[in-house]
Amino acid sequence: MDTRLNKYSKQLIIINSIFILFWLTISIFPFIWTLWGSFKVKADFFSRAEWTYALSGFNTLIETGATTTVKAYIESWTEGEFWRASMNTMIVTVSVVSISLFLGTLGAYALSRSTYKYTFYILIAALIFRAMPHITLVSGYLFPFFQLNIWGILPTTIIVLVAINQPFTLWLLYSFFKTVPKELDESALIDGCSYFQAFRYIIMPVMWPGVVTAGLFSMMLAYNDFTVTALLLNQENYTMVPKINAYLGTIEYGGNYMWAVSSVVSATAPLFMIIWFFQRQLISGLTAGAVKG
Amino acid sequence: MPHKTFFWFIFPTGLAMILFIGLPIVSSFFQSLHIETQQVLMEVENCDPFGCQTNVRVDVEATDKLREENPLGRFNGFGTYLDRNHLAFDEIGEAWNISSSMGEFKDIVLNLPFYKALLFTLTFCFAVTPPVIFLGFIVALSINTLAKSIKGLIVFGTILPMIVTPLIGSLVLFWMIDSQGIIGASIQILFDDPNLSLKASSNLTWITLIIYGIWHNTPFAFVVFYAALQTVPQDPIEAAYIDGASRFQRVRYIVIPHLYPVATFIMLICLMDNFRVFEPIIGFSAEGVAQSLSWMIYQDLRNENKMLFGSAGATSMLTILGIAILLTPVLIRTWKEFRTER
Repeated sequence: MDTRLNKYSKQLIIINSIFILFWLTISIFPFIWTLWGSFKVKADFFSRAEWTYALSGFNTLIETGATTTVKAYIESWTEGEFWRASMNTMIVTVSVVSISLFLGTLGAYALSRSTYKYTFYILIAALIFRAMPHITLVSGYLFPFFQLNIWGILPTTIIVLVAINQPFTLWLLYSFFKTVPKELDESALIDGCSYFQAFRYIIMPVMWPGVVTAGLFSMMLAYNDFTVTALLLNQENYTMVPKINAYLGTIEYGGNYMWAVSSVVSATAPLFMIIWFFQRQLISGLTAGAVKG
Repeated sequence: MPHKTFFWFIFPTGLAMILFIGLPIVSSFFQSLHIETQQVLMEVENCDPFGCQTNVRVDVEATDKLREENPLGRFNGFGTYLDRNHLAFDEIGEAWNISSSMGEFKDIVLNLPFYKALLFTLTFCFAVTPPVIFLGFIVALSINTLAKSIKGLIVFGTILPMIVTPLIGSLVLFWMIDSQGIIGASIQILFDDPNLSLKASSNLTWITLIIYGIWHNTPFAFVVFYAALQTVPQDPIEAAYIDGASRFQRVRYIVIPHLYPVATFIMLICLMDNFRVFEPIIGFSAEGVAQSLSWMIYQDLRNENKMLFGSAGATSMLTILGIAILLTPVLIRTWKEFRTER
């Protein structure tokens, strides 16, 4: 492109920089503030008298003898049994990601390679399923799950999350498979491969970027879910997000509120790190998948 | 691909979707036609030296037996849909008769639970979407001009509000705007009013929720716009530049028309996703003044001992109906796109 086109006037650069700084403040500051506040006591983070206490740690100093404290973290992880919640989250996330990728790649490959009309109807059905609010699905699950006595346990939740996740995974992987040239697997078929072999040995090795993106989205769904996990799991099996909500709901302990604050940080930090690491795939996926559905 | 191979490839994912998305909708509908079994009452005669009294009390045994025989409750047809907590046609009719002015009628109707929730859900949807599209576009434009070396970092910062789950995102904001949090306290000082609280009035709570919605959804619009900006053809821009168009004119007459389809797409996705608004209401503890359709369902199901399956089912069906209305344009668009692809 012509370099003159890319030249910006000084004013524009200044206005632009100010705007971006302003925007970043809005999007990042709440998280930094929460991270900072999680090392204080409640009287500082929610200080009625003076909000600068949250910065200086006035009450934290009085209560614990230092301006920062990890008391809330230690208590929530041990007494609050956040370790159990994070373990449950890990089990749910890993299972959901692997199962949905397995089912999703198989289905999306078939959809992208079949030339029959019914593929279209399947994709449309997936689009409709994708639009269903999760809570309406949950209201349909509860009664049968109670009757079958499979309510409250992790495997049920995992399967439900996999299913809820399938429409989006299918659409995303479908648009990725479309970009892989058909000639590749056709030549393998001519050489005597079965469809499954062509899929497994020819197509999958070149599909990793797509699989990583789809995996990221499955991970975000499983990790972040509140609606399904809060209503389908019993208290002991809670994952992190409903657990945080549970800390807020009970007023038994005075320190509980800070448990929630520190747990929010504990739950968000790994997610941010993973997203930081895979940022490029996420953006490319949103573009590829988002434009479709 | 032969039908048989296709079937085996699609079978696992298809089964999962039918079992856990298709069937629950049917099950929801089925539940909505039933209503919880009422307690069986019986009359007991208590006699003491001063005479006999007849009391009505709950026959626990009979109730349990009835519930066990018919766990879903008794068939109620569309009764649940029409009751006071849902479409409430009777109440509306009555309101029409007794109210003297349109305003009064409106007040009565909007105080019925379903219409109250519908009003909030729709307000939220339509108040959040336009600012999201506008802001997302501006942010995408300005980040697009940055040098490549810092882009990655800034894009990461921008998408954070989208990555966290709505519950956590709203909690993080809620703790700041709490009357004892940093923003809440600052606002009190700014207006010199120690009782001012964003939680106090329903209007302020609605505005807070809407601001939260914009905060949460803008990154999505940004990402899609940002990606679409990379596909804007450079030739017409260059030609316009040579013809003397200013930067603003180039954006207004070349870039924006190119992004129209993307903007409609973002709008529809935003409307659809915000129609199920629910977690922010819990995060902001705004149940008192702002209820959404999804929240109504959650409320019916939350109590483990006494779940109102029928009521939840009916609200679910009505929500799905709303989604269907919003979804029609997307479906038509996909249909056309697919036709031209073939």
